[in-house]
Amino acid sequence: MYAFEYSRAKSVADASKAASADEEAKILAGGMTLIPTLKQRLAKPTTLIDLNGIADLVGIKRDGGNLVIGAMTRHSAVARSKDVKEMIPALAHLAELIGDPAVRNRGTIGGSIANHDPAADYPAGCLGLGATIVTSKRKIAADDFFTGMFSTALEDGEIVTAVSFPKPDKAAYMKFKNPASRYAIVGVFVAKTGNQVRVAVTGAGAGVFRSMVLEDALSKSFLPTAVEGIKIPSDGLNSDIHASAEYRAHLITVMAKRAVVACG
Amino acid sequence: MADGFIGTSVKRREDAKFLTGRGNYTDDINRPGQLDAYIIRSPHPHAGLGKIDVSRALKQPGVVAVFTGADMTADGIGGLPCGWLIHNKDGSPMVEPAHPPLATGKVRHVGDPVAVVIAETHAQAKDAAELVEIAYQELPAVTDATLALKPGAPQLFDEAKNNLCYDWHLGDKAAADAAFAKASKVAKIDLINNRLIANAMEPRAALGEFNRATGEYTLYTTSQNPHVIRLLMGANVLHVPEAKLRVIAPDVGGGFGSKIYHYAEEAIVTWAAAKVNRPVKWTAERSESFMSDAQGRDHATHGELALDKDGKFLALRVSTVANLGGYLSTFATAIPTWLYATLLAGVYTTPVIYCEVKAVFTNTVPVDAYRGAGRPEASYLLERLVDVAARETGIDRAELRKRNFIPKTAFPYQTPMAVQYDSGDYPGCLDAALKASDYAGFETRRAASQKVDKLRGIGISTYIEACGIAPSAVAGALGARAGLYEVGVVRVHPTGTITVLTGTHSHGQGHETTFAQIVADALGVPMESIEVVHGDTAMIPFGMGTYGSRSLAVGGSAILKAVDKIVAKSKKIAAHLLEAAEADIEFKDGKFSVAGTDRSKTLGEIALAAYVPHNYPIETVEPGLDETAYYDPKNFTFPAGTHICEVEIDPQTGSVTVVKFTAVDDVGRVINPMIVEGQVHGGVVQGIGQALYEGCVYDASGQLVTGSFMDYCMPRADNLPAFAVGHHTTLCTHNTLGVKGCGEVGAIGSPPAVMNAVIDALKPYGITHLDMPATPEVVWRAIDSARPPRAA
Repeated sequence: MYAFEYSRAKSVADASKAASADEEAKILAGGMTLIPTLKQRLAKPTTLIDLNGIADLVGIKRDGGNLVIGAMTRHSAVARSKDVKEMIPALAHLAELIGDPAVRNRGTIGGSIANHDPAADYPAGCLGLGATIVTSKRKIAADDFFTGMFSTALEDGEIVTAVSFPKPDKAAYMKFKNPASRYAIVGVFVAKTGNQVRVAVTGAGAGVFRSMVLEDALSKSFLPTAVEGIKIPSDGLNSDIHASAEYRAHLITVMAKRAVVACG
Repeated sequence: MADGFIGTSVKRREDAKFLTGRGNYTDDINRPGQLDAYIIRSPHPHAGLGKIDVSRALKQPGVVAVFTGADMTADGIGGLPCGWLIHNKDGSPMVEPAHPPLATGKVRHVGDPVAVVIAETHAQAKDAAELVEIAYQELPAVTDATLALKPGAPQLFDEAKNNLCYDWHLGDKAAADAAFAKASKVAKIDLINNRLIANAMEPRAALGEFNRATGEYTLYTTSQNPHVIRLLMGANVLHVPEAKLRVIAPDVGGGFGSKIYHYAEEAIVTWAAAKVNRPVKWTAERSESFMSDAQGRDHATHGELALDKDGKFLALRVSTVANLGGYLSTFATAIPTWLYATLLAGVYTTPVIYCEVKAVFTNTVPVDAYRGAGRPEASYLLERLVDVAARETGIDRAELRKRNFIPKTAFPYQTPMAVQYDSGDYPGCLDAALKASDYAGFETRRAASQKVDKLRGIGISTYIEACGIAPSAVAGALGARAGLYEVGVVRVHPTGTITVLTGTHSHGQGHETTFAQIVADALGVPMESIEVVHGDTAMIPFGMGTYGSRSLAVGGSAILKAVDKIVAKSKKIAAHLLEAAEADIEFKDGKFSVAGTDRSKTLGEIALAAYVPHNYPIETVEPGLDETAYYDPKNFTFPAGTHICEVEIDPQTGSVTVVKFTAVDDVGRVINPMIVEGQVHGGVVQGIGQALYEGCVYDASGQLVTGSFMDYCMPRADNLPAFAVGHHTTLCTHNTLGVKGCGEVGAIGSPPAVMNAVIDALKPYGITHLDMPATPEVVWRAIDSARPPRAA
């Protein structure tokens, strides 16, 4: 690592102020992406602003018909939460699929979505469920939050404080893992609420996206057979030694179909 | 032998310290005044190396020195040597280009060491390294060995035309061609044995120290063979006499072959420590290991098997292109030749074999031995080819093997490829494995998998390997530049406790336990009274170290020879103490007694007499009870066995899962079943890793794409089922213990078992071959281009 200063923020307001004042500072949430990045000397922040001491950011609660998860809540907490399992079991399942036990004990939902790694799982959950991202300044709909590879609608100094999920009628997440990194080569989150179906795809593109062709087909008929024959175009999809664009395009349909089956 | 020690799963004595963080690894060692060394490595796969400007770096805080290849050359430092000379078909010697510890003139792979920054702290060294300015003249690169042979390919060394190091062969070409002409059937295969990265849990490290008062150097290093390092580094590189060079390999966290070689960093820190007059330590970061530890395998092979109308193998022809990487590593040249071609008879009676191998330089990390070292490559070729032959002749895969097995009565069996097998029961191993794996019930399981839309396949591999290396004269005749004996010292102390010194090295094998077992058994003393010591050249006579599954067969035999000397001397002393004739002294269960009486002396009493020789046969027997023995094996040992793998494939994604794995191995006498089982498990995991998960990838420009665990896929526990591991034992006929070695069999037998299972599962699609690793996309594409499924 390069040398850096460290400060442990006492509140969201403090953290936000410190981050706004120094554009070379970086926010530290779980550190599961940031710390490896620092170790490889791929980043050189002046200061790390640590959110791990802010108790307000941790917690899972019900708020009306919604499930609200604090930004610093660990993946392992979401995975074993009674509230999550009762309200949106697909989200608990998604959290359980992230990384490995050590990563799940440190990684946070806020950190995951603020980073928007194209292969991360939570962006698919947020976009698939039509969640609302609550920040230190405002509320942002998931449809507006994820703007591109490693980029979001967050402004300088703006910090995610919680994510609010509406309860779907049915939902499921199917992840095809990169066998080395265990990130998503393709992850598909399907959610049905009333007549509306949302299908969010991660891993395959520059960032998480909704597949309109799959949503159309499933809105008409929420059955695995409805998506079976659909060929997703491979242009613009990611390609690397683990999976070509063509293979990812194929996996999107397979994972979507399996997610529909898992919805029950 | 006494009951109780041999064949008992004694818990490993080493484990308590390792599991509680009390191991003493090279990086744990810190010497007073120590400095940190950071190695600057080439980011280019192939480039001319121009001016290196270290002036800015030298001014950075904490920096003590920055050295380059020119500095080492100016001090007369030699290149890293190659330990095995191979000759071409025409008898001429191989091309042997220089391998400087720090690059001079040219860099030849990403990761090639170029300079070293020495500073007070690691961070300071790394910061300063960024300010070293290096003028590289980039050159086109080639990473594929077959492409590197083609005219017009980038040339790594002026002296290696078309990047060829040697063009070698073994066997009888004329006889093979004649046999093929008469064959009823010829089965052919083209396959790749994929390049692997060892990834021992402990990265490499080296700490050099120089004592100006005595002129003595000390090197602490993560090595499998400290004496070999002392010899190669002292004689060839630093030109320091052995008496002034001490090499210590303390606790080492896994090697798998990658820690055999004399590496640049060892020479650099040892030399640098004298230059700056302070200890210098280097520890690899993991991403550094990916581009500097010797890598494994990387063969492209064309194989042909000639059969008669009854499926008997008439002849085998093999042509292999082996990738050596950017420089000659210590034993690299022997791996695709003497450790490969000599195994091509396999467990079969094939009477005629011919193998040719071209070894090629490319702009990749050097390649050398990795668990199995040449024998996995041989088994993979053979066992895949046998399955191809089975399919093409319509003969059942197990049956075809049985028809060609060397029968149990045929030993010693002289193969057409130089080696002579001492003992084995290949039909017995196969039968045991077929039974243990419920091979007969497979079709029922396949049908059940089909019901849930999964493909199921089963694959057999009947392998053999050669280890327990090696008879020195034989090795020398084949081009080895070292002997391959081993040393054992048994030192009985005055109060009767025992220290055993061995020239082998334990970096996970459990020698501290197993060797104590065999000595406790031979001397009839408690294991607790025996201490096993390895790793320090100042304490132990010259030994060749641990690799090639040699420690028990060769090292254990040396120790038992020393035990024999202890017993022989003790009998003389006992005779004196008991006032009996030496011929009347019997030794049993730790006691020396006069035959037919109950008068005896314990080993402890004998020892005390030997060190306090008052009542003692001083005229004819020297004091002391401390014996050294060297053992040069009479032959290699030949473990063999049968591995049977069952896989399930999800045709929609191509994912392959190993759902069942059965291993029945003949490793000779089993000293500690738990340790042997652990070795087999580990080897099988690495073999499954090679078949389904692992693969070192360079892109077309020569960049290492799999530079971390994010992209290089290590097999994990949750990828694997529980294994069924069993034995079918025939004793080695030429060492007292009857042991054959077990460290590598798992990695040798398993890849073809897995791939044969994968191909079996894909039978409905008419797919006949896939290269390793059979990743999901590889399998899916094969299925996708073969649709619709044809009848099996």
